[in-house]
Amino acid sequence: MREVMTTSMARNIFYGGSIFFVLIFLGLSVHSHIYIVNTSTASMPLTESVVRGKRIWEEHACVNCHSLHGEGAYFAPEVGNVMTRWGVIDKPKEAFETLKGWMEAQPSRIPGRRQMPGYKLTDEQIRDLSNFLIWADKTDTKGWPPNNAG
Amino acid sequence: MKYESQKIAYAYFLAAMILFVVQVSGGLLAGWIYVAPNTLSEVLPFNVVRMLHTNSLIVWLLLGFFGAAYFLIPEESGREIHSPAIAYYQLAILVLGTLGVVVTYVFDLFQGNFLLGKDGREFLEQPLWVKIGIVVAALMFLYNVSMTVLAGKKTAITNVLLIGLWGIALLFLFAFYNPANLSLDKMYWWYVVHLWVEGVWELVMAAILAYLMLKLTGVDREVVEKWLYVIVGTSLFTGILGTGHHYYWIGAPGYWQWIGSIFSTLEIVPFFLMMVFSFVMVWKGRRDHPNKAALLWSLGTTTLAFFGAGVWGFLHTLHGVNYYTHGTQITAAHGHLAFFGAYVSLNLAIFTYAFPIMRNRDPYNQVLNMASFWLMSGGMAFMTFVLTFAGTIQTHLQRVMGQNYMEVQDQLVLFYYMRFGAGIAVVLGAILFVYAILVPQREAIEPGKRDVLSPAE
Ligand code: HEM
Ligand code: HEM
Ligand SMILES: [Fe+2]
Repeated sequence: MREVMTTSMARNIFYGGSIFFVLIFLGLSVHSHIYIVNTSTASMPLTESVVRGKRIWEEHACVNCHSLHGEGAYFAPEVGNVMTRWGVIDKPKEAFETLKGWMEAQPSRIPGRRQMPGYKLTDEQIRDLSNFLIWADKTDTKGWPPNNAG
Repeated sequence: MKYESQKIAYAYFLAAMILFVVQVSGGLLAGWIYVAPNTLSEVLPFNVVRMLHTNSLIVWLLLGFFGAAYFLIPEESGREIHSPAIAYYQLAILVLGTLGVVVTYVFDLFQGNFLLGKDGREFLEQPLWVKIGIVVAALMFLYNVSMTVLAGKKTAITNVLLIGLWGIALLFLFAFYNPANLSLDKMYWWYVVHLWVEGVWELVMAAILAYLMLKLTGVDREVVEKWLYVIVGTSLFTGILGTGHHYYWIGAPGYWQWIGSIFSTLEIVPFFLMMVFSFVMVWKGRRDHPNKAALLWSLGTTTLAFFGAGVWGFLHTLHGVNYYTHGTQITAAHGHLAFFGAYVSLNLAIFTYAFPIMRNRDPYNQVLNMASFWLMSGGMAFMTFVLTFAGTIQTHLQRVMGQNYMEVQDQLVLFYYMRFGAGIAVVLGAILFVYAILVPQREAIEPGKRDVLSPAE
C-alpha cells in the first residue's frame, strides 16, 4: 500500500470524505424532516391528546415489550397497526373502548402466557393513548407492515 | 506500565466488568421469561429486565472505552493524564448515575416526573438527570484527554480515538431532543443509536485495535496508521448514509430505500478491512508477545464483528428483505452478534492486554481466559443461530402467511429454550473471564518450551 498512498493522503481523504457525507446527510435530513411533517404524518393533526398519549407510552416503557413501526422489543405484538387490526382506525370512540377493555384485562395471569402488566390509567389517559396509536397508524409507512398481523 | 496515570483504567475496567456480569445475568433472566413467562411478571416485568440488560450493556462498553483511552493515551502522547482527579470524579458520576438508573427502573420511582422519572424511548430510558450527568461526565472526560493529547505527541491513534469520542458525546445530545411527532422522534433517535454503533464507535474500535496490533505484533507504526485511516474512512463514508436502512418504514421519504440499501451494504467494507488488518498484522508481525489471550480476543473481535455486523447486518439490510424481517427475531440475532463481536470482544481484548501490565506482572492464566473466549463466543454464536432460525420461521408465518403474532410465538418455544441454554454458557464464560483476569497468582498450565526451527532443518 506504501506505493499507492501515503499516510497523510489517507488522512486527508478520511477528513474530506467524511465532511462530504455529513453534508449530504444533513441536507437529506432537512428534506426528510419537512417531508415527515408535511406529508407522511399530515393526514391527522398532531393534537394535544396525541402528544400526551405519546408521553404515556414513554413513561411506561411500552416499547421494551412491543414494537412500534417495527422498532422496539420483540416480546409482544406490533402496535403501529393495532388500530387497523382491531378495525377501529376510523372510530375513535370504539378505539378508546377497545383499548380500555384491553388495558383493564391485564395482567391475564394465564399460566404459560406472556404477561402484560396492569397499569392503573385514567379514562383520560387511555383516550390519549388510543389517539396516539391511531395517529401512528395513519402515518405513511410505505406499506409496512405487510399484513394486519404486524 | 510506563506512566502512573494509566492505572486510572483499572477502576474503569473493574466497574465495567461488574456491569458486564449484571448485563448478561439480566439477559439470562429475560431469556428465561421468554420460556417461563409468568416468572416475576408482577414484580419485575419483562420491559424492566430488558432495560437493565440493554442499558448496562451500553454503560459498561462506554466505561471500557473511557478506561481504554486513559490507558493508551499516556503511552501514545508520552505524558501523564492531565488530571487523574477529574478522571476519578468522572467515574464517580457515572457510577452514581448507573445506581440511580437501576433503582429508578426496578422500583419504578417518580413515574411521569420529567426530571427524575424514566424516559422510555428504547435504549435512552435514563431519567433526564442521569442524561445530564452523562453529558457532564463526558465533558470532563473530553477536557481531560484532549488536554493530555494537545500537550503531548499526536499520533494517528489518539487522533482517531479523540474524533470518535467527541463524536459519541456530540451525537448523544440528540438524546435530549424528543419531538412530539413520532416519525421525527424516530428519525433523530437513530442519530444516536445508528450513528453511534455504525459510525463513531467504529472509530474508537479501530483506534483501540490499531493500538493492540502495534503492541502485540510489533508492526511498524507507519503501516498501522495508514490502515487505520483507510478503515475509519470507509466506516464514515458508508455508515453515515447507511442510516437510511432504518428509514424505510418509519414515515421517511422513499429515496432512503435505495440510499439505505446501497450504503449500508457497503458498511461491510470497514468490518472486512478490520478483519484483514488484524490477520495481516499478526502474519507480518515480528514480535512474539507473551499475552496470547489478548491476541486471541483481538482476532476474535474483528472476526466476530465481521460476521455479526457485516454478514448478519447484510442479511436483512436490503429494503426488499427488511420489509419482511423488520423487527423480528432476526433483528435480535444480528444485534447480539454485532454488539458482542465488535464492542464486547474489543473491550475484553484491551482488558486482557492491560490488566497484567497495570498489575505489573506476567499475563497469568491465559488458558482460563482463552477458555472463556471460546465459551462466550460459542454461546453467542449458538444464540445467534437459534434466533436466526426462530426469526426465519417468524418472518414466514407472520409476515408472509399473516398468522397472528402470539400464535407464531407459541411455535418458537424450542428456539427460546436453546437461546436460554446458550445464555448459560455466556454467563459462565463471563464469570470465568473476570476470574481469570482478577484472581490467579500463577499459571494453571505451564506453556511448553518452543523449539526454534531454522528453515534448513
Ligand atoms: C457493530 C456494529 C453494529 C451493531 C452493534 C448493530 C446493532 C444493531 C441493533 C442493536 C439493532 C436493533 C435496533 C433496534 O432495537 O431497533 C440493529 C438493527 C439493524 N442493523 Fe445493525 N448493528 C451493527 C452494524 C450493522 C451493519 C454493518 C448493518 C448492515 C450491513 C446493519 C444492519 C441493520 C439493520 C438493517 C437493522 C434494522 C433491523 C430491523 O429492521 O429490524 N447493522 N443493529
Ligand atoms: C446471557 C446471554 C444473553 C441472553 C440470554 C440475552 C437475552 C436477551 C433478550 C431476551 C433480549 C430481549 C429481546 C426482545 O426484545 O424480545 C435481549 C436484547 C438485547 N441484548 Fe441480550 N442477551 C444476552 C447477552 C447479550 C450480550 C452479551 C449482548 C451484547 C453483546 C446483548 C445485547 C442485547 C441487545 C443490544 C439487545 C436489544 C436488541 C434489539 O433491540 O434488537 N445481549 N437480550
Ligand atoms: Fe444501523
